[in-house]
Amino acid sequence: MKKRQYPALVLFRAGLTLLALHSFSTHAADGKLIATAGLSQIEGSGGGGIVPWATISGYDSRDQISAGAVVTQVDVDDYRLTMLGASLSFYDNVEVSIAQQRFEIKGAGIDIKQNIVGLKYRLYGDVVYSDWPQVSVGMQYKHLEDPTVASAVGSKNSNSGTDFYIAATKVHLGAIGGYNAVWNLTARATKANEMGILGFGGVNNDSYELMLEASAGILFSRNIAVGIEYRQKPDNLGLGEDNWTDYFISYIPSKDFNLTLAWAELGTIAGASGQSGLYLSLNGQLW
Amino acid sequence: MDNCGKTMKKITALFFIFTLVTGCASTQVSLYDELGGKETVAQIVDNFIHEIEFDKVMFAYFAESDIERFREKLNEHLCFLANGPCAYTGDTMQQVHAGMNITESDFNHGVDLFIAAMTKANVPHTVQNKLLAKMVPTRKEMIYL
Repeated sequence: MKKRQYPALVLFRAGLTLLALHSFSTHAADGKLIATAGLSQIEGSGGGGIVPWATISGYDSRDQISAGAVVTQVDVDDYRLTMLGASLSFYDNVEVSIAQQRFEIKGAGIDIKQNIVGLKYRLYGDVVYSDWPQVSVGMQYKHLEDPTVASAVGSKNSNSGTDFYIAATKVHLGAIGGYNAVWNLTARATKANEMGILGFGGVNNDSYELMLEASAGILFSRNIAVGIEYRQKPDNLGLGEDNWTDYFISYIPSKDFNLTLAWAELGTIAGASGQSGLYLSLNGQLW
Repeated sequence: MDNCGKTMKKITALFFIFTLVTGCASTQVSLYDELGGKETVAQIVDNFIHEIEFDKVMFAYFAESDIERFREKLNEHLCFLANGPCAYTGDTMQQVHAGMNITESDFNHGVDLFIAAMTKANVPHTVQNKLLAKMVPTRKEMIYL
């Protein structure tokens, strides 16, 4: 029998650890304008909430290294996803991230764990200062700890898979009635079913498909960002996998800490339709 | 594919709205007037100099500067950038910052101080952003020289 773990408690504990770790750091990287470093998305890469962006997570400039940690929970009707992640960014150029996702099927006592290693490389630009958007390429290697569920739903590969993406992100200062605006476009080549939680490939399709993802937001002050995200997803398993949308508000009191609350509309997951719920994410920069 | 078409439509709509709103944001009043003209700009510059004086990192760059000349030229430059009725008579940004080897992080630290200077001069958030947008192109003429 598995010991019952309360996700909220896990979240809270992780938050405390984050704060404790932070108190040891003396000088955090602060080489970017506040709220322009972005957040960490659900797979651990620097981004919005569900979409990886071209931004390198953390406030490092080209002379600095930064490290961050994130804890996120998405709680929808029949499922709950908890993600713990950490990332290292080198000289605002390379980002390495690790994340663990725990996907809980409510009432069934089933947990699916997926570990993700992410790598991102900035090809061009600065999200604020260059004339053209910042552009980065990245990959996410995903590994399921237990293939049972993924193979039961008919995935072709129930162990691991890799996503590849290219993203363009731009902040426009004072663009909308004087408010700063941010947008991001990402193209992702993937075989993953529900991000990989349900394995990779399936009866409908077992080759890489190109998915489009987008984000748009407005910064209503130096500390508040509001926006929308969209993520297209394949339906390899024939289970009616849906595209995702979220509406977010981020509170960024300092460069060291931010909190995001969102409403996530995830549609049909593994045959269960209308999955919507709250998304909460705490993000900290350790140095 | 229907799914793909829907996605494209949604994304296109998103960016269409974005462009539309951005385009509508232009006004007749110059940014200089929005800022509050000569007085506010002078106050921003005074506040900025004050911020620098109490900042170890920034003060190092100004140790050998003629502060009064800096004050005069920054007033002119900001007025010029904000489409005010001034000509900038100082040296180019490259000339002024040559040899200083200003790092990206120190530059951004300077921007943080400049934002603080604007806030203390009661410049509204939206007007701050518009002025910052005008200053953005000067960054490449200031860092790592």
